[in-house]
Amino acid sequence: MELSILTLCYLVGSVTFIIGLKMLSNPATARNGNLLAAAGMGIAIIGTIFLYEEDGKRLGNYPWIFGGLAIGAVIGTLVAKKVKMTAMPEMVSMFNGMGGACAALISAVEFDHLYQQYRTIDTAYLSDFVTVGHYLTIIAGAIIGSVSFAGSMIAWGKLSGNIKDVAYKGQHIVNLLALLLVLGAAFFTFQYEIGSSHILFYGTLGMALLYGVLFVMPIGGADMPVVISLLNSFTGVAAACGGFLYNNKVMLTGGILVGAAGTLLTILMCKAMNRSLKNVLIGSFGGGSAAAGSKKEQGSYKEITLSDTAVLMSYANKVMIVPGYGLAVAQAQHACHELEKLLESKGVHVTYAIHPVAGRMPGHMNVLLAEADVSYDKLQEMEQANDEFATTDVVLVLGANDVVNPAAKTDPASPIYGMPILDVELAKNVIVNKRSMKPGYAGIENDLFFQPKTSMLFGDAKKVLQDLIGEIKNL
Amino acid sequence: MNVLNWIADNQQMIYIVILMIFVGIEVIGRVPSVLHTPLMSGANAIHGVVIIGAIIVMGKAENNNYIALALGFLAVVLGTLNVVGGFVVTDRMLEMFKSKKKKG
Repeated sequence: MELSILTLCYLVGSVTFIIGLKMLSNPATARNGNLLAAAGMGIAIIGTIFLYEEDGKRLGNYPWIFGGLAIGAVIGTLVAKKVKMTAMPEMVSMFNGMGGACAALISAVEFDHLYQQYRTIDTAYLSDFVTVGHYLTIIAGAIIGSVSFAGSMIAWGKLSGNIKDVAYKGQHIVNLLALLLVLGAAFFTFQYEIGSSHILFYGTLGMALLYGVLFVMPIGGADMPVVISLLNSFTGVAAACGGFLYNNKVMLTGGILVGAAGTLLTILMCKAMNRSLKNVLIGSFGGGSAAAGSKKEQGSYKEITLSDTAVLMSYANKVMIVPGYGLAVAQAQHACHELEKLLESKGVHVTYAIHPVAGRMPGHMNVLLAEADVSYDKLQEMEQANDEFATTDVVLVLGANDVVNPAAKTDPASPIYGMPILDVELAKNVIVNKRSMKPGYAGIENDLFFQPKTSMLFGDAKKVLQDLIGEIKNL
Repeated sequence: MNVLNWIADNQQMIYIVILMIFVGIEVIGRVPSVLHTPLMSGANAIHGVVIIGAIIVMGKAENNNYIALALGFLAVVLGTLNVVGGFVVTDRMLEMFKSKKKKG
């Protein structure tokens, strides 16, 4: 009876995951979808704690279980509530890493069980007692979980600016060797004397961690969302390995569902940036072509003062704001909204042009501006915005660079060639706010800055916007 | 033969895997790019289902097996972080989409 209730719990859990994911892919139902999946997860967890049986034995160690749940829940909620909207991408990466580590730990404990059980038998191999399938699920969970954990931590470090991109010659060969070492160690754990198999197992884990680091290290910061999405689907597969191990269908459904959806999402993200997954993983962004870009004649750019900007914007009919990562870094979304309101009160029509991959993650800008209460109908997607630029008086580019770089259309040698961009150069005036003339994430020069109708307004986005608001009020 | 037996023993699970791959792809096939980040975050929370494995490991650990107790406990904490943190972060992202829509 109780076991059938547990089965029902798992069934409910699996169905809510599928429906939840479906609802998450539609703006109107997304939030409820998330809550639904969370509810399903809760049911599955509670069911497991109180109803799970193995060989007729209930689970024990309740103080440990509830202690762990409480600690995780409190820290998780606090961190997730406190984190700034700008830091969301790295937060997702961090939580993903936790899931990967969890899967790897489960595998480690399960391996330890096998090891303790058979280790006294001399000169026997693990393969004498354990089926290939059973061993595969353990070792795959361990390897994939470790790679996902290490990779996510590196991605987290990169997005929060603590770790720099490291690219060196021959890294593909090193990575390939590391992967072969992981697989080799995994093989010998199975086909070697049991007495020392635990050393090989932990060696496999260590190599997998190292591989995770090597795998993410050379990939450019701009490609991190894609990598996080990929690691996300890895963790899904690692969770599914756990499902096989315990013959647990909710783990299997949840894991594989995320593994498949995550892989597709990764590909969709690549498409939004007009890059192939292979390119992201193998080619380091902008490496060779940065040199090509710098060879070109750069010409000169002109600066504009705050008061000129204020006049230009206040007397415009239509202003479009193009936000980018600079806005996120400077936390300038509120100041940006204030400027928008001020201009609107002067009768200026203000909208935002959102490039699908502006910022560090698709949708990053929407989330950020939403936090500052910018209304939804002010946000224009790329195609819409591109139709509007020709009739726009002033375009204010706030910390965006590659997404407005005309080289994506004109220069076939450019690493971002072919990426859809916002055609800001169609507008009458373009004002670009940046901290310096340094190139953006792709590491390439932006011809836009040197065009006659473009003026540069240097400084931190938040400070510049606040000063600009002051200037406009004083007009 | 070993492998064939294993497939035969686990055929239900293997069927689930294959069907779920198609469901996973089908379900998010038409997601607008605006929702990529929340969707990734939501999927991230869902694979936190690995916590169930952690709970089982923890619950089965013998009282004198300190390795299993310690690793299991750590796994439960990390898994919970993944689940709770994942869902809360996703909700925070989506909360903004919603409030914005009402005003608009």
